[in-house]
Amino acid sequence: MAAAVDSTTDDLPVGPAPRIVDRYRRITAFVGGVAPVALFLIVLVLVQQAWPTITKFGPAFLFHNNWNQVTLDFGAIPFIYGTVVTSAIAIAIALPVGVAVSLVLAEPGAQGIRGAIGTGIELLAAIPSVVYGIWALFVLAPFSLKYLETPITEHLGFIGFLAGPDRQASFFTASLVLAIMILPTLAAISRDVIRAVPRGLRESSVALGATWWEMTWRVVLPTARAGIFGATILALGRALGETVAVTMVIGNRPEIPPSIFQPGYTLASVIANEFNEATGVIYTSALVELGLVLILVTLTVNLLALLLVRSTNARMAI
Amino acid sequence: MNRNLWRRFTSTAALGIIYGLTALALVPLALVLWYTVSRGFPAATHPGFLTNVYRPVGIPGAGISHAIVGTGIIVAMASLIAIPIGVIGGIYLAEYGHGRWAGWVRLASDVLVGTPSIALGLFAYALLVLPARHFSAVSGSIALSILMLPVVVRTTESAVALIPAGLRESGLALGLPRWRVSLQLILPAATAGVVTGALLAVARAAGETAPLLFTSFGNNLFSTDPTHEMAALPLIVFRYALTPYKELQDLAWGSAFVLVTLVLFVNLASRWVLRRQLRMAASL
Repeated sequence: MAAAVDSTTDDLPVGPAPRIVDRYRRITAFVGGVAPVALFLIVLVLVQQAWPTITKFGPAFLFHNNWNQVTLDFGAIPFIYGTVVTSAIAIAIALPVGVAVSLVLAEPGAQGIRGAIGTGIELLAAIPSVVYGIWALFVLAPFSLKYLETPITEHLGFIGFLAGPDRQASFFTASLVLAIMILPTLAAISRDVIRAVPRGLRESSVALGATWWEMTWRVVLPTARAGIFGATILALGRALGETVAVTMVIGNRPEIPPSIFQPGYTLASVIANEFNEATGVIYTSALVELGLVLILVTLTVNLLALLLVRSTNARMAI
Repeated sequence: MNRNLWRRFTSTAALGIIYGLTALALVPLALVLWYTVSRGFPAATHPGFLTNVYRPVGIPGAGISHAIVGTGIIVAMASLIAIPIGVIGGIYLAEYGHGRWAGWVRLASDVLVGTPSIALGLFAYALLVLPARHFSAVSGSIALSILMLPVVVRTTESAVALIPAGLRESGLALGLPRWRVSLQLILPAATAGVVTGALLAVARAAGETAPLLFTSFGNNLFSTDPTHEMAALPLIVFRYALTPYKELQDLAWGSAFVLVTLVLFVNLASRWVLRRQLRMAASL
């Protein structure tokens, strides 16, 4: 083999060694690149479609409280408000319940029952959101009006944001259904994080005489804090972007209502409802810009959650 | 003494509250399933429900066969796009996952999972519906394929990473090129995991409504033409649930029941495949 090469060392090629081309790597890397390219393209195309309103209204679009298809005067505030408020209430309800569920699931003993509950909760994360939507519309909304909203407005109605008149389709109903929908995600991730808390930590705190609650509150939860926070933000991302279930019960009114028991709108649901009927460049483009706002917010939230979950897992692995 | 009693009481009370909250959490989740069955099952077993198409209110015998076929076609086309690309992308991450580009691919996949599905609908609308000037099933498939892609990528990556290094090393020691090791040794060994991921992605795509609203749009007629409007189960649930007619609401509940049955069946099947794979891997 080596006979083909001149045996004198002077003729050896000088300079960098020839690169071995790994064609398989190149091809798979190219195909794998579809994901980042798609993400980039989505943002790019939405910016292009929203360009007429981006140039017409500028950044004021984000702070303007009006939505008028006749005078073509558009602002995003009612929808940003709706998205933020419904998601925040949903998290406030789902977080304590989700952590409680994950604590129960992560306890040792009775693995059969716990495993079954865990599987059931994971399966519920797979149920399509439109099914939660139809259930919320026919079952949850009437129930919530009769047994939650009306009693609260009767007794606490003097507090502004709890005032009546209450309606079936409201921020509160939308938040309830969101809370139910994000609960499985929240509980499943928190369970894994809590299970990953080193056994030695629990055992030492019990050995020092801590009760179950003291161990959980002072040792387990603080250790798992960052991971639970990450799970919460992941759930928040899901709540912010949720479309159809919210659209079915939010009431579809492009205003900032004074109370959480009144109808409103969210970024995703106004697009779902109005995009097909939108006429004219400005109206359509205003809706697309709402979509752009939504995607940029969820991207940021998801990135944050990802970094948190990753850093916790890395720390626990040591 | 008193203090210890108090501590024990707090602990027991907290435990009680936590179990109570867990029970509370299970109630709505159980109710969703219960109502889907109790209202959906009678509707779905109505004669002609699975074989007829839409009929106007007042004419009995309306069905959703057009939506079942439509969802089948739309999701099949989305799978044809997303699964091959996703599997190759996942192999790339598992085989060469340490470089900077791989980091971007992984990050983009993770972020894409959380992208609001309505934005994907807007994207497909701008890309395909706007130039063609009419709705089409294929644009819905494009939107759904972006939704499926990251799921397939990440599950393939973890399935391939589970394969023992010995298999790869023996292949390389025999002098096989890397692509043959990867495609003919590793991928067949990881099939169960890859299939699981693909099934989960299909189940997720089949239930999505928002990306189809302004792409496939829906259709009251039976249509198999992917370049035109096509019906889909989630669209039926969404549109007809909001109408004031009992007949149409029943169609919506029946479709919801079919959808939930489908999704839960696929999920349980994929769990079964995965468990078998894990048992096989343990016996290796």
